[in-house]
Amino acid sequence: MKADPQAVLTGTHFLDGDKACCEGAIAAGARFAAGYPITPATEIVERFASRIPSVGGTFIQMEDELAASIVLQGAVWGGAKAFTVTSGPGFSLMMEHIGYAAMTETPCVFVDVQRGGPSTGLPTLPAQADMMQARWGSHGDYEIIALCPNSPQECFDLTIRAFNLAEEFRAPVMFMMDEVVGHMTEKVVIPAADQIEITPRRFTHRSKFEYLPYGTNGDMVPDFVPTGQGYKFHMTGLTHDERGYPNMTPQAQDQLVRRLQKKIRAAAARITFFEEEGTENAEVIVISYGITSRVAQRAVELGRARGLKIGKFRLITAWPFPDEQIRRLALHAKALVVPELNLGQMVREVERAAAGLCPVISVPHAGGGVHRTDDILSALVEVMP
Amino acid sequence: MQLTEIRIAGFGGQGVILSATILGRAASIYQGLFATMTQSFGPEARGGASSAQLILSESPILYPYVTQPDILVVMSQEACTRFMPELKDGGILIVEQDLVRISALKPNTRVFSVPATRLAEELGKRMILNSVMVGFFTGVTQLLDRDAVARAVADSIPPSLRDLNLKAFSKGLDYGLSQSATVAGGEFEDVAYLED
Repeated sequence: MKADPQAVLTGTHFLDGDKACCEGAIAAGARFAAGYPITPATEIVERFASRIPSVGGTFIQMEDELAASIVLQGAVWGGAKAFTVTSGPGFSLMMEHIGYAAMTETPCVFVDVQRGGPSTGLPTLPAQADMMQARWGSHGDYEIIALCPNSPQECFDLTIRAFNLAEEFRAPVMFMMDEVVGHMTEKVVIPAADQIEITPRRFTHRSKFEYLPYGTNGDMVPDFVPTGQGYKFHMTGLTHDERGYPNMTPQAQDQLVRRLQKKIRAAAARITFFEEEGTENAEVIVISYGITSRVAQRAVELGRARGLKIGKFRLITAWPFPDEQIRRLALHAKALVVPELNLGQMVREVERAAAGLCPVISVPHAGGGVHRTDDILSALVEVMP
Repeated sequence: MQLTEIRIAGFGGQGVILSATILGRAASIYQGLFATMTQSFGPEARGGASSAQLILSESPILYPYVTQPDILVVMSQEACTRFMPELKDGGILIVEQDLVRISALKPNTRVFSVPATRLAEELGKRMILNSVMVGFFTGVTQLLDRDAVARAVADSIPPSLRDLNLKAFSKGLDYGLSQSATVAGGEFEDVAYLED
């Protein structure tokens, strides 16, 4: 279906990433947001709170991030598309409820505008150090989807994609911005509503007597219950069967947890978005994401001007990780270079996927700023054969 | 246009960020250029240090921060002292002349001075000094088309203050067009020259 023309702010704007993310959420159909203020993410819901009365929807400032991350799930079960926004310290508090969303298959979006950590860290300065937390932060086995924008335009475009993926897979989607992208202002083109494709919630066609809240139709994603039409259902964070009732057996656990993982893993090839350029003949390939990808691109251009054969691979989807693509790069590259605003997180995934086929070089940065272009360039020069 | 790095700095409440937003909007929306604006500010709403970085280019901008500004606009003494050392040799310095006393300069800097606060007060509202400054910037740098900037001013200001800000923009523009640069090296007394 198409976006609601009443809600989409069609036009050419000069917006920062936070505001663009908010516009993306509204265009994607989000009509409920909950949050607790935190730099550098507050502007997203600040704008939502001022925009949403004219669109028709609700924003609630909750007492803390735990409350924000669960009240939005109530809104989803009530029929809304919903999201919350936060940064590192709040993201930590939300972990329990991210697991709850994964377990109850509640489609929703968690925006993390990453800042320096651990703990309170650097409220106004960037990092990309929550990448593993996005994947593994909640306990138990579950699969997650995470996207990484590198510009305000992508904050708009990919927020819509995040909501669409959440609906398609009935899963929480992590939207991993960083402080630079969030606070950077650039041109953002918002297309006409009829150009914006929205994934609607998939409701069951079964009668209320035949409906099984967690019954699947072969594609591993259950249909949703239409709220307020007499359907009875039970939801719980406990391991449950197709009826939604607790079932404390290894068989039920195996069936449920494998499905939660498989519904996303099986689609990985389709939902691992990336940008690749000049990798075919490259001797060294730089792999990056978020704001770092722009600095890396600059380094690639400077390196090429010196005659170096450098390729560029940008992760747009961080999770599920593009194993196959990285393995393909590792088969012919002499080395893979991974700059990121942390002391080595996604580089471990690159190493795992490369499986020893070529050296993988980390270019870490503790956060609080971005790499100097020269730091990435010299790492590229150093590993040149 | 070659990649041009601009830093605008002053106190919170002077419209530092808004000035950079207006110039970035003019460039990216009305002139088809690429513009990237980033900002930094203290925890205070007013009175604290405030600084905006604006990069303009004909090609996509990759590195998000200003490394060595071609143009430095300062509206406070602290901003002038702090950011002068990073100005490019031969760059442009624009100062709020009643708030900034230049005590150090880079060689070959072209200096333009404007009493932006006073001109704003003459129009009845001190708050609109940023529109005066945007007009002055447009006049002296000749970097952006004046109509594009005027449209960006109109877009960025609430309707009730729009006319006043457009007047302020024109006043700053005219003042800028009547000025010629003072080139560092001789004309300034008691000024230290900073090495690159």
